[in-house]
Amino acid sequence: MITVEFLGPIGKAPITMEASNLKDVSIELKDDKLLAQWLDNCAVAVNDTMVDTLEFSLKDGDRVSILPPVCGG
Amino acid sequence: MELYQGALDTKEIFGRWLDSEATSNYGAYIPFVGTIRAEDNIEALSFDIYEPILEEWFKKWQDIAKERGAIVKMAHAIGDVPVHTSSYISAVFSPQRRVALELIDEFVEDFKANAPIWKYDVINGERIYAKDRSTAMSGAGLLK
Repeated sequence: MITVEFLGPIGKAPITMEASNLKDVSIELKDDKLLAQWLDNCAVAVNDTMVDTLEFSLKDGDRVSILPPVCGG
Repeated sequence: MELYQGALDTKEIFGRWLDSEATSNYGAYIPFVGTIRAEDNIEALSFDIYEPILEEWFKKWQDIAKERGAIVKMAHAIGDVPVHTSSYISAVFSPQRRVALELIDEFVEDFKANAPIWKYDVINGERIYAKDRSTAMSGAGLLK
């Protein structure tokens, strides 16, 4: 089981799911129509490290963070 | 890196940074101040920060600065920051001005694009995500 958390303005509580890689996470999240709109512009981190490939393997207890567009300063 | 609830005390922070490097033999000290402008009827801007990834982002820039013989510093506000006060300051110290001038440019631009900070307009006490002024981070769209 992994946890997916939604940062900043997405405003959604964390969810848990079974997933062996980020492709599984993508399929699951796209089922949520509201969330699917965010995914086009969101970056992804696993256990607080940014990742850039869907093949990234996940293990039990991993935490996936969804990061929407930023604007510091 | 320093994070504060609400507006930054820019003079105190810049003064302390200057004092801390007073004998480090840097020839150039370039501060940058981001101030909240009064526009579009906002009372304040408000910020969410994801600290673990911001720490990693900042460490990367500390390493880049070190390779050039320089150091970077930054402070940012969390929560509401009223107009005409400061939400973000940063600075570069380096032996010569050219390195500092180039580094502050790169550092502030990457900060805007990739630091995990979310901005909201505060209008009539309501927080509204500044979507149109926000930038998708590197690697965005992976899960689409």
